[in-house]
Amino acid sequence: MSAPGFAPPTTSSTGLAAEALACLRGERLVFERLSFSLAPGEALVLSGPNGSGKSSLLRQLAGLGPLHDGRLLWNGTPVDTDPEAHRARLAYVGHQDAVKSVLTARENLTAWASLGGGGGEDEALATMGLGALADVPARFLSAGQRRRLGLARLFLRPVPLWLLDEPTLGLDAAAQAGLKAALARHLEQRGMIALATHVPLSLARSQELDLARFSPVRAAA
Amino acid sequence: MIDLATFANPARFSRIAGRVFPWAVGATAVLMAAGLYFALFASPPDYQQGESVRIMYVHVPAAWMALSSYTLLAVASAVALVWRHLLADVVARAMAPIGACFTFLCLVTGSLWGKPMWGTFWVWDARLTSVLVLFFLYLGYLALQNAFDDPARGLRASAILALVGFVNVPIIKFSVDWWNTLHQPASIKLGGPAIDASMLVPLILMTLAFEAYFVTVLLLRMRTELVRGKLRSARLRAAEADEYLPNIGKPA
Amino acid sequence: MSIFFAVLRRDLMLALRSPAESLMTVGFFVIAATLVPFGVGPEPETLARIAAGLVWVMALLAALLSLDRLFQADYEDGSLDLLLLSPGQTEIMVLGKVAAHWLTTGLPLIISVPLLAVFLHLPLEALPALLAAMLLGTPVLSLLGAVGAALALGARRGGALTSLLVLPLFIPVLIFGVAAPEAAVADLAARPHLLILAGLFFGALVLSPWAAAAALRLAAE
Repeated sequence: MSAPGFAPPTTSSTGLAAEALACLRGERLVFERLSFSLAPGEALVLSGPNGSGKSSLLRQLAGLGPLHDGRLLWNGTPVDTDPEAHRARLAYVGHQDAVKSVLTARENLTAWASLGGGGGEDEALATMGLGALADVPARFLSAGQRRRLGLARLFLRPVPLWLLDEPTLGLDAAAQAGLKAALARHLEQRGMIALATHVPLSLARSQELDLARFSPVRAAA
Repeated sequence: MIDLATFANPARFSRIAGRVFPWAVGATAVLMAAGLYFALFASPPDYQQGESVRIMYVHVPAAWMALSSYTLLAVASAVALVWRHLLADVVARAMAPIGACFTFLCLVTGSLWGKPMWGTFWVWDARLTSVLVLFFLYLGYLALQNAFDDPARGLRASAILALVGFVNVPIIKFSVDWWNTLHQPASIKLGGPAIDASMLVPLILMTLAFEAYFVTVLLLRMRTELVRGKLRSARLRAAEADEYLPNIGKPA
Repeated sequence: MSIFFAVLRRDLMLALRSPAESLMTVGFFVIAATLVPFGVGPEPETLARIAAGLVWVMALLAALLSLDRLFQADYEDGSLDLLLLSPGQTEIMVLGKVAAHWLTTGLPLIISVPLLAVFLHLPLEALPALLAAMLLGTPVLSLLGAVGAALALGARRGGALTSLLVLPLFIPVLIFGVAAPEAAVADLAARPHLLILAGLFFGALVLSPWAAAAALRLAAE
């Protein structure tokens, strides 16, 4: 199943497709001519050394980072024709947890639920094993617990596309197992996941994308 | 492979700039010499202000340049934001300090003129005050542009600021004029509405000289910016090649 | 519109959990204004003459001090990404943040004006006009300030930079904000000045969210 696509995807394909993406950071070309296609029920695992652009690519997929070249397609339509619709179909968990210390765990989720349109904070907390900590102010949570709280946002609103940047960072074995199960469930429900990870998550139906292959320097060398 | 600069046309710009540049230098020299001659020798002193009226021939063109530079800056910023055109960024980056210098020159000459006329170096005259605020807008623009580690980020942020500032310039001008009439208005104005023809000639010549000078310095600064950009990416490439060296042997 | 109220509620809740920040702005406002008699002398006539102007200048500086918390915390903890990704227009989201900022800084400043009016011997007939002018003018400070704060995100020396960017833009508000109470003292109509302030408010209401949203997207890249 590991077929990092050089082949340009057909425009009629369902799901997320990238065509010849490029990314500039500062004035440095991080990657170029990066293409892949991600069908419903599939996961895309990004790999590559530090600085190869995994986080930048995830931000591009979320619509946060600009596409310096190429196109991003959803069901064959460029996403920048309707960025709001794209935002409504994705959930993004970045490096930072976006957890407010002065709010309780549940309040943190409620704030995000009311922003994104969603609910079920208690189920989300339970999924990440935080049910007992729901009413504890987030400043008392450990780094791993804050991470879990950040990940719990994924379950507030059913969206097809999950973009995860090192989701396992700071998680213990139990939490990692829980996350793995949640990811597998999302794929079973024909969701899509793009994630950068250093921990093998052994997901069914996953393709690996080695970003080092798209580095202009490596290509020249 | 995308070229780091989208940037085929900077080459064309350099060619055109190279051809225009000597003409701009020549025009500046000729116009400046003629303008100064008329301003200092071939025009009469003012019946009210005496010889000090000659400051006007620097002050008024500088004020015009200050405002038109800001307008041009806003136009370049809009083009840079909407079309992401590299040359527009270069224009904006190159001309902001020139505009700021004209604004500063206008303030200094206005203040020097104030001493013999009003007996003080600074009067809260409506025009002078507006120019002072314009100078602050330029300072903010330059400060924002240079406040980021990534120069491209600074350029785009300052482009947004230039547009916001441009919308505000007429509002500020109106407010300051209005505020000034509320308090005691200055009796004598530098470069009032009634200007004699003998004063108009040096004024127009000096304005044209300033325009030519502006074009000269702008071309020079734009070429410098382009060269600096090339230098930066060359250094970056060198650093990058070095950084990736240990990886070269590994299978892809 | 739901994103407006969601952001407003979230920011108000955050402000209520750490009220010290709002109170500090008001504290600065009052203390800085009471410094003035030490500088210019305590004669009631002198103070009465400059009171309205002083209140406004101090309000500008106090508003400026509070601006860095408008987006900075969200920028640092990753919340800004999620705010930008929440479904709905970014401009409306910005308006929600601005409204919360005004309710937690502008409004407390206005409430504390009568106290300063006593300290600075503000003529009684000027007080209603000053309060009305501040009701119309302080939202403009929050709106313009949002643009400056968003532009300075991620910059070196961000706080000082924001001041440099927005103080010149505050000048019209200052001019007409002071003109209204001064007209009232001179037995003239304050209404025209208040109408101009209202015009400035609507102008800023339309343009600022656009510029601030563009700046936020830029900061998130």
